[in-house]
Amino acid sequence: MSRTGAVRPGEPVAIAPDVFWVGALDPDLRQFDIILRTANGTSYNAYAVRGSEGIAVIDTVKAEFAEDFFARLWSCCRPDEIRAIVLNHLEPDHTGALPALLKAAPQAALYLSYPALKMLKGLVKEGLDEARIIPVDEDTRVELGGRTLRFLHTPYLHWPDTQCTWVEEDGLLFSGDVFGCHFCDSRLFNDRVGDFRFSFDYYYQHIMRPFREHVLTALDLIEPLALKLVAPAHGPILRDAPTSYVRRYRQLAAPLLANEAGGREKTLLVFYISAYGNTERMAQAVRNGAEGVDGVRVSMYDLAGGDPGPFVDLIEEADGLVFGSPTINGDAVKPVWDLLSSLTLVKVKGKVGGAFGSYGWSGEAVGLVEDRLRGLKLRVPRPGVKVKLIPTDEELENCAALGRELAEHLVGRVASRHIDFTAPNALTA
Amino acid sequence: MPKAQVTFEDINVTVTVPAGTRLIEVSEKIGAGLTYGCREGECGTCMMKIVSGSEHLATPSVLEDKVLKENYAGVANRLACQAQVLGGHVVVRPG
Repeated sequence: MSRTGAVRPGEPVAIAPDVFWVGALDPDLRQFDIILRTANGTSYNAYAVRGSEGIAVIDTVKAEFAEDFFARLWSCCRPDEIRAIVLNHLEPDHTGALPALLKAAPQAALYLSYPALKMLKGLVKEGLDEARIIPVDEDTRVELGGRTLRFLHTPYLHWPDTQCTWVEEDGLLFSGDVFGCHFCDSRLFNDRVGDFRFSFDYYYQHIMRPFREHVLTALDLIEPLALKLVAPAHGPILRDAPTSYVRRYRQLAAPLLANEAGGREKTLLVFYISAYGNTERMAQAVRNGAEGVDGVRVSMYDLAGGDPGPFVDLIEEADGLVFGSPTINGDAVKPVWDLLSSLTLVKVKGKVGGAFGSYGWSGEAVGLVEDRLRGLKLRVPRPGVKVKLIPTDEELENCAALGRELAEHLVGRVASRHIDFTAPNALTA
Repeated sequence: MPKAQVTFEDINVTVTVPAGTRLIEVSEKIGAGLTYGCREGECGTCMMKIVSGSEHLATPSVLEDKVLKENYAGVANRLACQAQVLGGHVVVRPG
């Protein structure tokens, strides 16, 4: 068994007395889950916690690395000693060896969060004994003998099922993907591996950032803990100054841009792109209409002159978004889609959205953008404005009304309306 | 035709709908703040708060009850993709 911290094939690594890393290294990986790049591969961290009455296995590894996992696991315990299998997160890179582990240790109970229950059935298709499955909450205790597992309810970090496991007696937090990163280094511990700060921040920005409010809730649970070691599901084990990584998460979860409106005003961003100036004139009318509503600060951006990255930062803090796109070949134009497809990096759910645009033949762009906004879980409170080619004064007034009504929704000053869906032509009411 | 009324409190809109309508069928059309994921009663994304009139909604199915429990729902929560309004006046908001 390694006592130096360096990983050797088939050997577990002690991370605390009778607590072992039994994971796997994947140094050659360069792209994770399609969306993430990694210059240093990754690790799939799993752990074995021994008490006087048995062993708990916390998470497993990606299926291709099951052999490494079992070689390490069976070096520190026998299958019949395992009394608990804990799943902090059910994504396949942590549950690939689960079916084999369930078979190898048929006496072990499976502990996981309530939202994980239905996912489990998608992962283990056959032979799942429901009597072994125990959903947990913050009141659950798993006694291992001298060690007790508790569970922190930390959903949406980054799936609905995610939780952390806490061993109070030793100050050990098994954090799942929280505080993790894709950085494979066989020296394993944060005080021995190479500089992984970039990977740590990159992982947060791409995995955790869309769930910022859930991160903040989780930090409220984690910060009071007397942490001695944080054992994430990917990347270095954080035994040196573990609380500094918790503090870093608090920093990362702060808004990237200081919202100048400071919460006193609502903010509406108007994005547009225009081939012949028609959609631009509509954008100006939308802006003018919105600016007439007290308590709303309006900003306007030409997508022809900017990249999605900075716009995404702006959008994260904005309250409302309006997109203006001409229709070309039956579609909104690429710069609009480039920005809209970048919004999965931030939380946009619940923001107010709208669309407008000039067209020559058929004008599909507005409806397509509205559908995308709804798909992103924005609220689209009124139909957008489509104008055939050059907008008239009346059509520009319709654009102003769009801006005005969106702004009124932002400040909650919407006149009461009644719509009778049982009446003919109800949808145009 | 038996009718019912639903008020979406966040946007201050009241709609008259045929009895038996699921809230998902109207909330998106009028831009209410309810958001949807799977639309099949599985993911829990569309969980909403019933402000008043819950007695006018059809009783939750076993499936809806299960999903509500898995999502730590309170007693006033329902899934907008599942809840059918049967009559009277129901007031809802996101959450």
